[in-house]
Amino acid sequence: MEAPIYIYYQLDNYYQNHRRYVKSRDDRQLLYGLKYNDTSSCKPEQSNNGLPIVPCGLIAWSLFNDTFTFVREAAQLRVNRKNIAWKSDRDHKFGKHVYPFNFQNGTLIGGGKLDPSIPLSDQEDLIVWMRTAALPSFRKLYGRIEEDLEADDIIVVNILNNYNTYSFGGKKKLILSTSSWLGGKNDFLGMAYIAVGSSCIFISLVFMLLHVKNPRSYANG
Amino acid sequence: MELQHNSTMIETSGASLVQDKSNKSQRIRHRSLQLEDSLLSEDNPRLIYINDPRRTNDRYEFTGNEIRTSKYTIITFLPKNLFIQFHRVAYLYFLAIAALNQLPPLAVFGRTVSLFPLLFVLCVTAIKDGYEDWRRHRSDKKENNREALVLQSGQFRIKKWKKIRAGEVVKIIADETIPCDMVLLGTSDPNGIAYIQTMNLDGESNLKTRYARQETASMVFEGKMISGLIRCEQPNRNIYEFTGNMEFNEQRFPLSQSNIILRGCQLKNTEWVIGVVVYAGQETKAMLNSAASPSKRSKLESYMNRETLWLSVFLFVMCAVVALGMGLWLERHRDQLDTMPYYRKRYYTNGQYNGKTYKYYGLIMEIFFSFLSSIIVFQIMIPISLYITMELVRLGQSYFMIEDKHMYDSGTDSRFQCRSLNINEDLGQIRYVFSDKTGTLTENKMEFRKASVYGKNYGNSLCKTDHPLQEANISAAAVGRRWKLKSEITTDAELMEFLHQDLSHDERIAAHEFFLTLAACNTVIPILTRSSSSSCTMTDLHEDVEAIDYQGESPDEQALVSAASAYGYTLIERTSGHIVIDVNGEKLRLDVLGLHEFDSVRKRMSVVIRFPNNDVKVLVKGADSSMFSILAQETEGIGHGEPMGCNIRLATQSHLTEYSSQGLRTLVVAARNLSGEELEQWQCSYEEASTSLTERSIKLRQTAALIECNLNLLGATGIEDKLQDGVPETIESLRQAGIKVWVLTGDKQETAISIGLSCKLLTPNMHQIIINGNSEDECRNLLVDAKNKYGVKSADHRNKNLKIKRNAESDYLEIPEARTSNVSHAVKAAGMANAPLALIIDGNSLVYILEKDLERDLFDLATSCKVVLCCRVAPLQKAGIVDLIKSRTDDMTLAIGDGANDVSMIQMADVGVGISGQEGRQAVMASDFAMGQFRFLKRLLLVHGHWNYQRVGYLVLYNFYRNAVFVLMLFWYILCTAFSTTSALTDWSSMFYSVIYTSVPTIVVGILDKDLSHKTLLQYPKLYGAGHRQESYNLHLFWITMIDTLWQSLVLFYIPLFTYKESSIDIWSMGSLWTIAVVILVNIHLAMDIQRWVLITHIATWGSIVITYVCMVILDSIPIFPNYWTIFHLARSATYWLTILLIIILALLPRFIFKAIHRTFWPSDIQIAREAEILRKRRGGLGSKLGQGSS
Repeated sequence: MEAPIYIYYQLDNYYQNHRRYVKSRDDRQLLYGLKYNDTSSCKPEQSNNGLPIVPCGLIAWSLFNDTFTFVREAAQLRVNRKNIAWKSDRDHKFGKHVYPFNFQNGTLIGGGKLDPSIPLSDQEDLIVWMRTAALPSFRKLYGRIEEDLEADDIIVVNILNNYNTYSFGGKKKLILSTSSWLGGKNDFLGMAYIAVGSSCIFISLVFMLLHVKNPRSYANG
Repeated sequence: MELQHNSTMIETSGASLVQDKSNKSQRIRHRSLQLEDSLLSEDNPRLIYINDPRRTNDRYEFTGNEIRTSKYTIITFLPKNLFIQFHRVAYLYFLAIAALNQLPPLAVFGRTVSLFPLLFVLCVTAIKDGYEDWRRHRSDKKENNREALVLQSGQFRIKKWKKIRAGEVVKIIADETIPCDMVLLGTSDPNGIAYIQTMNLDGESNLKTRYARQETASMVFEGKMISGLIRCEQPNRNIYEFTGNMEFNEQRFPLSQSNIILRGCQLKNTEWVIGVVVYAGQETKAMLNSAASPSKRSKLESYMNRETLWLSVFLFVMCAVVALGMGLWLERHRDQLDTMPYYRKRYYTNGQYNGKTYKYYGLIMEIFFSFLSSIIVFQIMIPISLYITMELVRLGQSYFMIEDKHMYDSGTDSRFQCRSLNINEDLGQIRYVFSDKTGTLTENKMEFRKASVYGKNYGNSLCKTDHPLQEANISAAAVGRRWKLKSEITTDAELMEFLHQDLSHDERIAAHEFFLTLAACNTVIPILTRSSSSSCTMTDLHEDVEAIDYQGESPDEQALVSAASAYGYTLIERTSGHIVIDVNGEKLRLDVLGLHEFDSVRKRMSVVIRFPNNDVKVLVKGADSSMFSILAQETEGIGHGEPMGCNIRLATQSHLTEYSSQGLRTLVVAARNLSGEELEQWQCSYEEASTSLTERSIKLRQTAALIECNLNLLGATGIEDKLQDGVPETIESLRQAGIKVWVLTGDKQETAISIGLSCKLLTPNMHQIIINGNSEDECRNLLVDAKNKYGVKSADHRNKNLKIKRNAESDYLEIPEARTSNVSHAVKAAGMANAPLALIIDGNSLVYILEKDLERDLFDLATSCKVVLCCRVAPLQKAGIVDLIKSRTDDMTLAIGDGANDVSMIQMADVGVGISGQEGRQAVMASDFAMGQFRFLKRLLLVHGHWNYQRVGYLVLYNFYRNAVFVLMLFWYILCTAFSTTSALTDWSSMFYSVIYTSVPTIVVGILDKDLSHKTLLQYPKLYGAGHRQESYNLHLFWITMIDTLWQSLVLFYIPLFTYKESSIDIWSMGSLWTIAVVILVNIHLAMDIQRWVLITHIATWGSIVITYVCMVILDSIPIFPNYWTIFHLARSATYWLTILLIIILALLPRFIFKAIHRTFWPSDIQIAREAEILRKRRGGLGSKLGQGSS
């Protein structure tokens, strides 16, 4: 496999698209921080001890926090964890001067904690996580390995299993994948095009034959 | 005492009356007062004190002359407009959805977003209403601020219209418009005559005479003040009647319709008039008549409602599935809900909420809320916006119908009018056309053709005489006066010559009286206009050749008077007291003692005149049926033997039959001398009858009967009613199109048949079934015979059986008949089936048939006939016949007519068409569409009807599809979100979808698409059958569309799903992809079905896609939306574009194949015609290219 090799984690049966979940965020707070204090949309995770939570909402609260390290032949592979989120999100959507505040201080810890000294715009894991997935089985980018992997390489992955998927019977997977001009590996589009294209050709041939065999006469139209 | 009691009560209301007279509550009080008052005096007249407005308005509360046609003021606009708008179910649905969305547990969309569609339609409608109302305000203001001369403290001073009150005396100068309904007191004419034009009121352009009562006219003329009391009826909308009387100088005399001038009319040919205001403002007859005609709903729309019901079922099922799924999911995950990261039923934050549940109301409530919120998400499944779209589309269609230059009548300068905006598409499905004859099929421009004078027939050898009295007219030349008529009339030389013999023998005298009657017995007004131009050519001697224009209410009368003039009996002056007739140069002044106007009961008109030699004669003309019964039984000619009189009578009768068989309208003319005794008796009775306030018409009729008896027959006239242009062709085309044309006329049988033949309605090879019974039994026998003879089967056996079951008793007679008819059907079918049948039925029979249980027999018979002609029918019978068809079939009916007698028929039929012709505007006012000529009907139905039907039918199906495909796509996604009614699309996109992204192309296509050119449609009327067969909208098509919708929605949903399965795609990117995909899909779907591409269609269709992208870009450029920058990320990936392409191709493939196969193997008429059209065009194009090449 040639670099860059993308590392994804995959969660199954995780309804990030549930209405209660999708709505439980506050985009203005993410951008303006504590200056913006109407965070009612973040319920049930909008304040703790009477103080607002930054970033608020269920999505941020349930931040994925497993960590992976990759070892090839006793040498640790360097995993680039920068630039995994959309540049537009980093630059304009998450505030450069908004720092996590009062985060994960409730009685139930949902997931990862954030370093209160790093602004949200640099918390790329959070930014990736907050681009909630469309479907209940989804992948999220964890990082990139910027070295080529050869065939027969044995890679040992050390996983820090922090994230609780037992509460909803979910599964976790780890995927290493390269990317082509069509995105990740997915045969569907190609197969579909071949199928639809060939059937179109077939149908057009049938129609052409029909037309050649008995052309429509317009004599008494 | 009573009076005082009353007036005190009025004072309370009178005090506040000053400010707002149209105030509703006061009106009600006013009404209750009237009620009370009506107990006091039976007639409940309205009292007007002339020139005493204070007293007049003190007694009663009359409305002022300020009019208000506008609905709103600035203050009331918002509440009232909203109130009116929310009367529509569609808006209530929007409101309910928006309200649901405001509930916290249901807030599917953002609060502001959810209000958007409602606000949008409210705003659009409010702006439209506001603009219309502003225009009304402006015209009201202009109208109210017009000025008139009002008598104020002894002088006529200028006063604004809105300040004029009942009881005031107003002076109108020539050509001014009359500000309110007034009783004439006097005019510039010493005899009190005034001419008015009632164009604004009833559309008739001719002048009408109005009279001031002689008693007041002379006073006014002398410049004296008048005070008196007028008692008249309460305001009503009948513009052809007015009853009242005036107490003046201790005298009491009657006032009738001829004494009143109405608001909106114009004074013509009269220097000035003075009148007293009786009705002002909203109470004037013009204002009372300005109500809109009742609205109709199109048939397609009612079908559409049926399908909407199906869509509601789908909606309910989908919501139920979501709710149920939600319930099951919650139940299965019951234990995990508290801590599940994406559900989190409870708060686990320190603070006031800790441990409490968050937005969880128990399983049952959650299911219920889930149901409601899915209704919100799926709301556009019910295509409410379709109603608004359809309104806009119909508006656009109407514009093109109005602008169609092929339906513009240059003769009367009348355009096509769309008065109803709800039934455009019904024009494409008409099965029955009910047509009036006079004025509709014919021009209603009468021409005098034939005369039978004293038993002798004239008019077979006609010659045109440009100068009527030119030839050998010595006496006329001697006087030095020539009358030039505006219209040319052909005269019979023989009769002409005969008329210039001396008054010696009976025949000559009869002829003299005959023409006197024609000239005198009418209500025509001669208008003299000096024309100097024509004088110099032929007749240098006589410098003043005067042109006469005859203005009359009835075209028949005009024709007769003109004819009389052509034969030398020129009516030159008419006042209420006398008429002057120029008889071959001699001026004959005749005093008019009384006049019995034409009415539909007597069917005749008579005038009592005194000759200069003090002879008194009554001259009568009328319909033959009503005249022969009142002729002197033993006709003595004029003082001669019996056989002669009998001969005349028989000869005249035979002439009448001859005339009517030629399609002429006939009138019989008769006269007799009145003895002094008779005259006295009549005068007494006449005086009393004409001053009575109640039952005047009946009393007058009785009075007329006194003198309309024992008449001497003078002769008969035959007037030709010319067919309008293109009538036979139109009828032929309509028939080819499968439309049955029925003619309903007031004319008699022979005339009707002859007109039927001349306009190709009847053809000689038709079997004519004539039903003209005089009793129920006779009618029944005729019907049964006809049915048996021609083997007419009951139109609908199933229907019949049902009916028999339902009212078995009343139908016992029909059961054996049905059987016999079946038997005879078998026997005779072979011989008779081929020849088309024509049914001719008269009004008398219809009385027996329509009111009895024979209706169904008539229906069976009539529907199996190719042509039905009804003659001698009364207005209500016309409606009855329309109802006969309408109530028994689903077929669409269209009634077309031009006169007041067609109004009931026009309103009864599914589509009413008015001809804006000679007989006034009442038919037009009641109609849904109005046009200048009958022949436009062909174009209206075959071209515009066809187009509109195709367009609206497609529009409805497409809108169903467009909304359903979107909703289904959302639905599939919700199944992947644990039934949580999440929408991947942004709120704004969901709302914009049906309002902005996809609405414009449907409207444009609904207005502009044409499946076939108008030439083809007119050339092949059979293409109209598509509407009859309901080809473009039916239940079958609906289901096919729904199946297609299902497929397309599955493709829409699953292709992105498989493409992006197990990828890192986020919900907004997915939503963005779906939004674009569905918009492109529905627009290309539409593009596939567009038949005629014009620039604007291109702009609308492709522009919609561009607009969608623009909207998405804008929405994705706002950082505080979670979907920030999505589209830019997506657009960079090839997968995105390939996915969209695949969706479009795969989704439309089945549809495309289906269409292709259908078109190849089972093409419809329209498709064949279309292919032929394209081929012709291509060949034409090729030909022209070749031509260019060779040159």
